[in-house]
Amino acid sequence: MVELMSLNTVLSIIFVIAAPFLGGLLTGLDRKVTARMQSRVGPPLTQPFYDFIKLWGKQPFIASRFQPMLALGYLAFILTGLILLAFGQDLLHIIFTLTLADICLIAAAYNSKSPYSNLGGRRELLAMLSYEPLMVLTAICVQVITGTFLVEGIFEYGRPLLLVVPAAYVAQQLVLVIDMKKSPFDVAGSGHAHQELVRGVYTEFSGYTLALVEAAHWTKLVFILSLISLFWAQNLLVGAGLALLLWFLAILIDNVYPRLNWKTMLKTTWSVGFFLILANFVALIILEVV
Amino acid sequence: MKLMTKARLKSPWVLHYDCGSCNGCDIEILAALTPRFDAERFGIVNIGDPKQADVLLVTGPANRRNYKVLQNLYSQMPEPKVVVVVGTCGCTGGVFYNCPNVLGGVDKVIPVDVYVPGCAARAEQIVDGVVLALQKLVEKSERMEEES
Repeated sequence: MVELMSLNTVLSIIFVIAAPFLGGLLTGLDRKVTARMQSRVGPPLTQPFYDFIKLWGKQPFIASRFQPMLALGYLAFILTGLILLAFGQDLLHIIFTLTLADICLIAAAYNSKSPYSNLGGRRELLAMLSYEPLMVLTAICVQVITGTFLVEGIFEYGRPLLLVVPAAYVAQQLVLVIDMKKSPFDVAGSGHAHQELVRGVYTEFSGYTLALVEAAHWTKLVFILSLISLFWAQNLLVGAGLALLLWFLAILIDNVYPRLNWKTMLKTTWSVGFFLILANFVALIILEVV
Repeated sequence: MKLMTKARLKSPWVLHYDCGSCNGCDIEILAALTPRFDAERFGIVNIGDPKQADVLLVTGPANRRNYKVLQNLYSQMPEPKVVVVVGTCGCTGGVFYNCPNVLGGVDKVIPVDVYVPGCAARAEQIVDGVVLALQKLVEKSERMEEES
């Protein structure tokens, strides 16, 4: 006899399927909010989907035979990470799946002779070097508090993580800004008009490969936001609120700050980010919480 | 209207190339893209990458110095694509007509779909020109669908 799936499993499956669409809508909302901040009307909410369909229908220009595979890999690994997250797996596995996805993007950028694409790939590597240690450190903090790397452990832990590691939550702002490719840390390539590297890491993508990368971006946004919402796992609505607060602040920061170079990105994340998480960690030990 | 045609109509990404203009028309193009006219509400995005662009906005006369760059950019744009020439120089050569290093209008080098005359062309005219170009884009899009 096949047992009926539990409610949680069904919800997880629905979440994974809905994630790309949710991310697309969030991206549309992002463009709308940005436009309002610049006192413009802005594109319709469904604009990213129009872009996606249009890109899908363009004549395919493939930079190398391996490139479409890597674009697909970028999307597939992010979806895999999301599935691992939705089913409460190991935090480290989830973060390293995200790393694999990024490696796919960088490999695709290196897969052509274009100097813009190559430089973009190098900068994307630096971006990874900036935010991934923060994510791993946060995961280690969570492990020390809950005694396990499993996402389920966070749900079983009595108190919301935000009350135990508030500084680590603040550090996630850096992760989100870099991951959303927002100013000041959008050195690897952005959708905005600063084009000193053409489009950086995305230069060689066009047509359906770019559409795949866009879809991967939407999914990645939802993925990172759901990771952040674990800071209030006891009530995921509050958690989603916390995540969306950081999302809104990232857009605000984007509109206030100009682009800074990669050295500043590395220095900021490795000093401010590391300090926030480590100070939180030391405080926990002194206060004998762990 | 088919969904694909609608999507193409709603998301024209613009590549802007100046092949020797005096910058008058370029300033007007950028004015049309700034918050005052807010082109993004029609999905228009200024993109620097020919491989991702749908509309090529060209200013200035075609000349011997950089016509190959223009041809290269045009050939790197995937179909369906349209070309809009902005300013009198780009349409015919303008005041530079018959100069030794000037070839004439941009249509001497690449196929042009829409001409926006004026010295400099006003931002409203440029927006009008892009709207005209979108009708051409629909025609090309439908032709592409029929062929496939």
